[in-house]
Amino acid sequence: MPPAMTRTVAALALALLAGLARAETILVSNEKDNTITALDGESLRILRTVPVGERPRGIALSQDRRHLYICAGDSDRVEVLDLETWQVVQHLPSGPDPELLALHPDGRRLFVANEDDNMVTVVDVQRGLVLREIPVGVEPEGMGISPDGRFVVNTSETTNMAHVIDAESGEIVANILVGARPRAVAWAPDGRRFWVSAEIGGTLTLIETEGWRVTGHVEFAVPGVPPEAIQPVGMALSGDGARLFVALGPANRVAVVDTRTARVERYLLVGQRVWNLALSTDGSRLYTTNGVSNDLSVIDVAAMRVTRSVPVGQAPWGVVVRP
Amino acid sequence: MPVAAGARWRLLALAVTLGCLAAEPVVAEPAALGIGYLGWRPPQPLASTLLEPPPEDEGLQGARLGLADNETTGRFTGQRFTLEERLARGPEEALEALRGMAAAGLQLVVVNLPGPLLLRAIAMPEAEGLTLLNIGAPDDALRNEQCRRGLLHILPSRAMLADALAQYLAVKRWRNIFLAVGPEEGDRLYAEAMRRAARKFGLRIVADRPWTHEPGAQRTDTGHLSLAAEAARFTQGASAHDVLVVADEANTWGDTLSYRTTEPRPVAGTQGLTPTIWSPVHEQWGATQLQRRFRARAGRWMTPRDQAAWLALRAVGEGALRARSTDPAVVVAYMRGPAFELAGFKGTRLTFRDWDGQLRQPVLLAEPRSLVSVSPQPGFQHQFSELDTLGTDRPETRCRLP
Repeated sequence: MPPAMTRTVAALALALLAGLARAETILVSNEKDNTITALDGESLRILRTVPVGERPRGIALSQDRRHLYICAGDSDRVEVLDLETWQVVQHLPSGPDPELLALHPDGRRLFVANEDDNMVTVVDVQRGLVLREIPVGVEPEGMGISPDGRFVVNTSETTNMAHVIDAESGEIVANILVGARPRAVAWAPDGRRFWVSAEIGGTLTLIETEGWRVTGHVEFAVPGVPPEAIQPVGMALSGDGARLFVALGPANRVAVVDTRTARVERYLLVGQRVWNLALSTDGSRLYTTNGVSNDLSVIDVAAMRVTRSVPVGQAPWGVVVRP
Repeated sequence: MPVAAGARWRLLALAVTLGCLAAEPVVAEPAALGIGYLGWRPPQPLASTLLEPPPEDEGLQGARLGLADNETTGRFTGQRFTLEERLARGPEEALEALRGMAAAGLQLVVVNLPGPLLLRAIAMPEAEGLTLLNIGAPDDALRNEQCRRGLLHILPSRAMLADALAQYLAVKRWRNIFLAVGPEEGDRLYAEAMRRAARKFGLRIVADRPWTHEPGAQRTDTGHLSLAAEAARFTQGASAHDVLVVADEANTWGDTLSYRTTEPRPVAGTQGLTPTIWSPVHEQWGATQLQRRFRARAGRWMTPRDQAAWLALRAVGEGALRARSTDPAVVVAYMRGPAFELAGFKGTRLTFRDWDGQLRQPVLLAEPRSLVSVSPQPGFQHQFSELDTLGTDRPETRCRLP
């Protein structure tokens, strides 16, 4: 083969590889029909719908992105879905009614919120063992791990606190009172602060790791929407940390918050009862799960516009993007 | 933690000054906030079905779960709560128990008593300074001309229930109502609330009839025949109506109207489609979690009074948490204040009305096997809170507290 042609073939192969690399997959858990929907990130077509355990909500990718960890709340276990064969290959013990989970940067420890028994369970995903159970407040919900892996923040919905857990010792190092019915935790990329959304309080609380102090709040107001309907739940932070996207539940909107000023830049109308959010790998698109309208909204981040809505399963809840 | 005592003290002091709650209670021996629970229910007539007899510990189990939830939170704040339980066997014993609680220094008492006894209780000199959290009396008079400073009402009033149903009927345009009223005092008050709600929301009561048939024979052989004849006779000749609204708080006959009426019309009110604070079919806004926690503990479904008792305990717990105090006076002041908000699995924050001490709340509309709707209905607007479209609003209140 002449060198020029070799170069062309090589370039073509690279382009193909790059094309493949861009073809990310969107994975959605459907709470009511007990399935995971996989969509192609480019065409937004449904690739497949996979039956899993009962009431799947929180989902997270394994470190090698080969597996999806799924909280199957009513089956009282975490299921491991192989994303190549699309089979559930393992059940991890999780404690009763797992709702949300977060994988530690070590790729081994899964921190699971057990909604029914006021515990955070730490599971070793390699050995399939429960390493520890950490008592927290009533109805543990959100889980967020600091970028350096030192701290795990869990929210408890009825206790109304963010519990900061030392990931190594399993000890609680701070309990911070936040708004009513706290849900999600979002860490800033620098690991020096995090936000907690409060569904009934209708606000976000900003907490600095330095002294675990509350240093700010974000308030929301949407013209024509009663304040009670503004219920912040899932959050996603842009890669540079400049913008925080907040799902506002029955207000059917995603708020775009400037993290520097703590002001809302814009409200984007999405599907009904928006629960959770995930950014595409390149950060150009935001996907939202809409629990009542049973679809996924797609937001063009640069244009700040909702461009598509794609029907998925019943009561879509969690969403992650697999590069 | 291998830290010298002095250093440890400084660490704790640091945590306090930083305004965050340390993992270990910062106060070694925190004062417990004592809460009383006092229950007495008058004997009930025989219900029309053996299904779901009212549990003996109705209310109490909700209070116990609320206490457990408060204690779990208290582990992180160093706050402790106790529940002093008294189930009385008669009205006099109930009053005596309340005097005993007051003498023992309790200032917050959850009361599951019928309205007239609750009024007697709060009129006692010993009740001076107590705050009673009402979970047993839906009487509108207690929120109006008979209102008292020391009362907080967790249970929705009959007016709130009737308004919740009337809004739904208005949305459905089921405007013409056949009102069927039972013989008990509660039935009479429920019907009165329904008549007032009909005026408020533009519905018409086209028939208003007392149900006088003596129940009891319905379980005898061929009892269904006499009931069928009675229901048909009862509903005959009424003006054209869209729905039957029954007032039968003791469940003695209201269930027997469905499918037996002259015209094929749905039944609502105390039976059929029922406005209520809680129902086993409610699973929205995370309610599934509370239903499960309650069932695991009590071995039965949560009833409306259990829900009210749970909310009462949680309101106190939330007040203590936010006010950072277990002093009952401080906690009650916070609960009545503008900053208070309670999450109660209804998708919105619950607060107390400052004009009558009633907890603002959405009302479920449920039939025995499905949640039909939740009021306030969309479109019923209010300048302050849509929840105030239910029950006696500030401009209408007849509560005049000195």
